[in-house]
Amino acid sequence: MGSIVLRNVRKIFGEVEVIPNVDLEIDDGEFVVFVGPSGCGKSTLLRLIAGLEDVSGGSIEIDGVDVAKEPPAKRGLSMVFQSYALYPHMSVRGNIAFPLKMAGQEKDLIERKVQKAAETLNLTNYLDRRPGQLSGGQRQRVAIGRAIVREPKAFLFDEPLSNLDAALRGQMRLEISELHNTLKTTMVYVTHDQVEAMTMADKIVVLNAGQIEQVGTPLELYEHPANLFVAGFIGSPRMNLVETPAGMNGGAVTIGVRPEDFEVSRERGKWKGKVNIAEHLGSDTFFHIDAEAIGRLTVRTPGEFSLRSGESVWLTPRQDRIHRFDAEGRAIES
Amino acid sequence: MARAVTPQRKLTFTILAWLVALLIFFPILWTLLTSFKTEGDAILFPPAFLPPHWTLENFFEVQSRSDYFKHFFNSVVIAGGSTLLALLVAVPGAWSMAFSPTRRTKDILMWMLSTKMMPAVGVLVPIYLIFKNLGLLDTLSGLTVILALIDLPIVIWMLYTYFKEIPVDILEASRMDGAVLWKEIVYVLLPMAVPGIASTMLLNIILAWNEAFWTLNLTAAKAAPLTAFIASYSSPEGLFWAKLSAASTLAIAPILLLGWFSQKQLVRGLTFGAVK
Repeated sequence: MGSIVLRNVRKIFGEVEVIPNVDLEIDDGEFVVFVGPSGCGKSTLLRLIAGLEDVSGGSIEIDGVDVAKEPPAKRGLSMVFQSYALYPHMSVRGNIAFPLKMAGQEKDLIERKVQKAAETLNLTNYLDRRPGQLSGGQRQRVAIGRAIVREPKAFLFDEPLSNLDAALRGQMRLEISELHNTLKTTMVYVTHDQVEAMTMADKIVVLNAGQIEQVGTPLELYEHPANLFVAGFIGSPRMNLVETPAGMNGGAVTIGVRPEDFEVSRERGKWKGKVNIAEHLGSDTFFHIDAEAIGRLTVRTPGEFSLRSGESVWLTPRQDRIHRFDAEGRAIES
Repeated sequence: MARAVTPQRKLTFTILAWLVALLIFFPILWTLLTSFKTEGDAILFPPAFLPPHWTLENFFEVQSRSDYFKHFFNSVVIAGGSTLLALLVAVPGAWSMAFSPTRRTKDILMWMLSTKMMPAVGVLVPIYLIFKNLGLLDTLSGLTVILALIDLPIVIWMLYTYFKEIPVDILEASRMDGAVLWKEIVYVLLPMAVPGIASTMLLNIILAWNEAFWTLNLTAAKAAPLTAFIASYSSPEGLFWAKLSAASTLAIAPILLLGWFSQKQLVRGLTFGAVK
């Protein structure tokens, strides 16, 4: 079991209120991703759940028990750090065995569990090495191994992939997702990388300035962002946000159109523009277009679309795909 | 701007370095040589550099007259004991300052160090009286405690500097892995800080070994370490240079050897954190 419930959680550092008031429910077995720009409080929130920071107010319930005042060791959670935080003076075996040793388990049992974790993570040949002799990806696996052996109620990941190169990041992303499918244990994962958030999460929590902006499945957030912040944050390239004259578009002050939601034509359309830069990726083509009255727009077309920079183009947003926002930046339901 | 090191420059600096080293080392060398001279040869004028008549007599006489080994034992107990005691207090202290600092931590560190700037004689009378009332005068335990306290600021500072180098993530990881505070310190922090602790220990042993003010003022005979042993050779009857040199040689030899064999550790310890 591993349900986590935050109620009125607050965190104040000195005079700075980092987390003003957060309520959140994480169900057992869920893969939840905290995402947001740097400094939004996502890591702090994770550390509050872990017990590495004390809450300034509110309660943190794990399986119905308030653990807000308990030390990390008593919360039954495992954490994987961005820096891996392996014990440099211990072998890989020693690192993975450490939590079991702390729990006072039998030597034979520890050895069996370490072997099993090493097999799961392809580390069997490295058990006697020190962390300093391993590559980044292997170190990350050791950190995960150390987290899984104690069979925690939930795993906490603090930007675990940001020290890896792009190729390895993609691979480890898959491995963590597979691990979640196998273990079916609750995972709380912090990242600023929205690709990680979109691909791994059952549920995404978008944070901004210590507040939760929206909670939902990746597609809910993509299709129905609750406000301008989420609209601008989720999706790559970003959603195009265009200010509209008052009274038009059903009271919307700003409308948003995702880059793939335009019809592109050389002859006719709603907005006229000029191609500034064209990025031909093969699978897609991205155009950065200067649309006279509206400003710069990013447009994505599937496959190859041969427009060169400097050419004129007409764009028409698909009516059913337009997102509308009011003066406070809240989404208007259509 | 980096300047090219020409062979001439290198030679000049090498010679200069040797000269400076010789200048600093000369008194020790002179003491060593004098300890092998007879009392008569020791006061020859003009002085003889090498002993005209090599003799070990001074050493035998020093041992029979004032029992070198007893003083040596006392020095070992005081230097070793005070170092261990200081570490016992300093490790948790430095841990707390390095890993859960408050707004006042820097001030406390500076204040602690500032106590080293006060002349020791300023607190001699109160400490003497306290020692007298507690029956600690001329006891090994009393000296061990006072030297531990005297060197505590330096020990805490050095450990603090070392601990600051250890990523806090690793300690937090151990907390997540279920380590309580003492296990976190014993299984994770200390093994990672071994080089730092070793050089801190070494420096503190040397400081305590050489400490003369408190050891001379708070001991008479029973707990007297080697510093008191040397001092006893500058007596009202006049100086016996050869014997005084023999006593000095015996007193500094152990610490000189210790320093010699642990040079690398020591240099690292003294310059650690200097360039960062």
